[in-house]
Amino acid sequence: MNPAPAISVRGLRKSFGATVVLDGLDLTVPEGSVFALLGPNGSGKTTTVDILSTLTPADAGEVRVAGSDVRHDPRAVRAAIAVTGQFTAVDNLLTGAENLRLVADLLHLGRRKGQARAADLLERFDLVEAAASSPTTYSGGMRRKLDLAMGLMGDPRVVFLDEPTTGLDPRSRRAVWDVVRGLVADGVTVLLTTQYLEEADQLADRIGVLDGGRLVAEGTATELKRMVPGGALRLQFADRRSLDDAARVLRGATADPDALALEVPSDGGVRALKDVLARLDEAAVEVADLTVHQPDLDDVFLALTGRPTTPSDQKVSTS
Amino acid sequence: MTTLSWTVADSATMLRRNLKHALRYPSLTIIVAAMPIVFLLLFVFVFGGTLGAGLGGASGGRAEYAEYLTPGLLVLAIAAAAQGTAISIAMDMTEGIISRFRTMSISRAAVLAGHVVGAVVQTMIGLALVLGAAVGVGFRPDAGVVEWLAAIGFLALVSLALSWLSVAMGLATKTVEAASNVPMPLLLLPFFGSGFVPTDSMPAGLRWFAEHQPFTPIIETLRGLLTGTAIGSTGAVAVAWCVAFTVVGWLWARRNYENRPAR
Repeated sequence: MNPAPAISVRGLRKSFGATVVLDGLDLTVPEGSVFALLGPNGSGKTTTVDILSTLTPADAGEVRVAGSDVRHDPRAVRAAIAVTGQFTAVDNLLTGAENLRLVADLLHLGRRKGQARAADLLERFDLVEAAASSPTTYSGGMRRKLDLAMGLMGDPRVVFLDEPTTGLDPRSRRAVWDVVRGLVADGVTVLLTTQYLEEADQLADRIGVLDGGRLVAEGTATELKRMVPGGALRLQFADRRSLDDAARVLRGATADPDALALEVPSDGGVRALKDVLARLDEAAVEVADLTVHQPDLDDVFLALTGRPTTPSDQKVSTS
Repeated sequence: MTTLSWTVADSATMLRRNLKHALRYPSLTIIVAAMPIVFLLLFVFVFGGTLGAGLGGASGGRAEYAEYLTPGLLVLAIAAAAQGTAISIAMDMTEGIISRFRTMSISRAAVLAGHVVGAVVQTMIGLALVLGAAVGVGFRPDAGVVEWLAAIGFLALVSLALSWLSVAMGLATKTVEAASNVPMPLLLLPFFGSGFVPTDSMPAGLRWFAEHQPFTPIIETLRGLLTGTAIGSTGAVAVAWCVAFTVVGWLWARRNYENRPAR
């Protein structure tokens, strides 16, 4: 067997009153890898992070983080982890630098080591100029970065990121992604939760799809994408007549009259593409535009759980 | 380092944090110190003439009432500060940083100890201001050096006891609004005791309550130390009440802090 995993979860259960949040969750994250827990709101992502980071006790199940049991040895777990929650854990009445100093003091780093590490992190996260002001004056991205920097003061071996980029603009999101990649390069294990499929695709070695308090699928992004039937060609037409003509030629396609578009199930290969175009040519139908749609994690999620991740993600082709 | 010295170091870090908060968000501290001073002026100048005459002493009037009132008012000031402490810890618990503290390998007691010691420091500063105002309106304590030291130590003990109790109350409530209401009984008890008028002027049932509730021995002990009235066994009773408040508040606060939901 490989060395002990950084995170191992067996049969984790948690209920709040009559509501079952986690219903026998199993999870293994090897050391030095990034695991993304993907799921819609209310699927139990935050509860999982809370239990793994010793904030909430589990009802049942075995949870080991960085080699220690969260129930029996929470102090050892706390010494090895950093947590960045959805709600930034910074002190608004202290400046950015004072926030880092506070964490350094609580870690007993000593004055010189604490200052050196704070300066290093401020530099790395591009917060040097903001260090002397209160986090209330920061942008959302800067607050999140300060939050992360505070977590990294203690050189954690396992980092939990609960929806680290929710509510951030694209540029800040990329900055956070760079931080995560930097952590991985240093050999840190990362468990992140997200409802953004792209984020999981970009960052994670393995992705677990959480639904109804258990993992309904787990694998690499490629493996998960292979689980759904296939892609489609999306054809765009200039007018309604062309669309109707094309629909007549291409049986099995789904028409979207409002968008003047036609979706043809396809594996996206060159041969299939040629075939479709040849048949349209034969019928003398002009195609205004063509896109090849590969299955993405949205489709995976839909296929696995029977519903889209969020209402706004619903696709026309599913009607 | 040993666990104990870590706890002390962490508590000192938390104390620095809370004192910085008090300096940067001073409105709570100011209100807490101003309220007893307003009460002092109200009771001495509005009610003092009549109440002082009712005390039946030789001089009578305002000066004598200021003399009688000040110890009770100092205890009221501690209770008002306790209300502020409950509010500030309830506010602190709404901040995400508390979740961070709970996921760090630091002494669990340090967050609470930082709040309590910070509260005691702020309360003692507030008491100095109230005492200064009392002297300004005619309070003339006859305490010697030993009595002063004893009075200061006793005030610190009462502050510590009520701070632990109020930290527990602040943690027990779910909202900041509730945290400002729960300590209300602490603010009312000096009125239903010997704080503002002697208990023997009260009707029988109320008088029994006033003489047996914790604030009366506390106020009487302080009055004895500052103005030379007899203390007798009330001193021991007062200290016992303070120790009991401290222990109950400490245990209750710890339990509330451990059992708080994650966010």
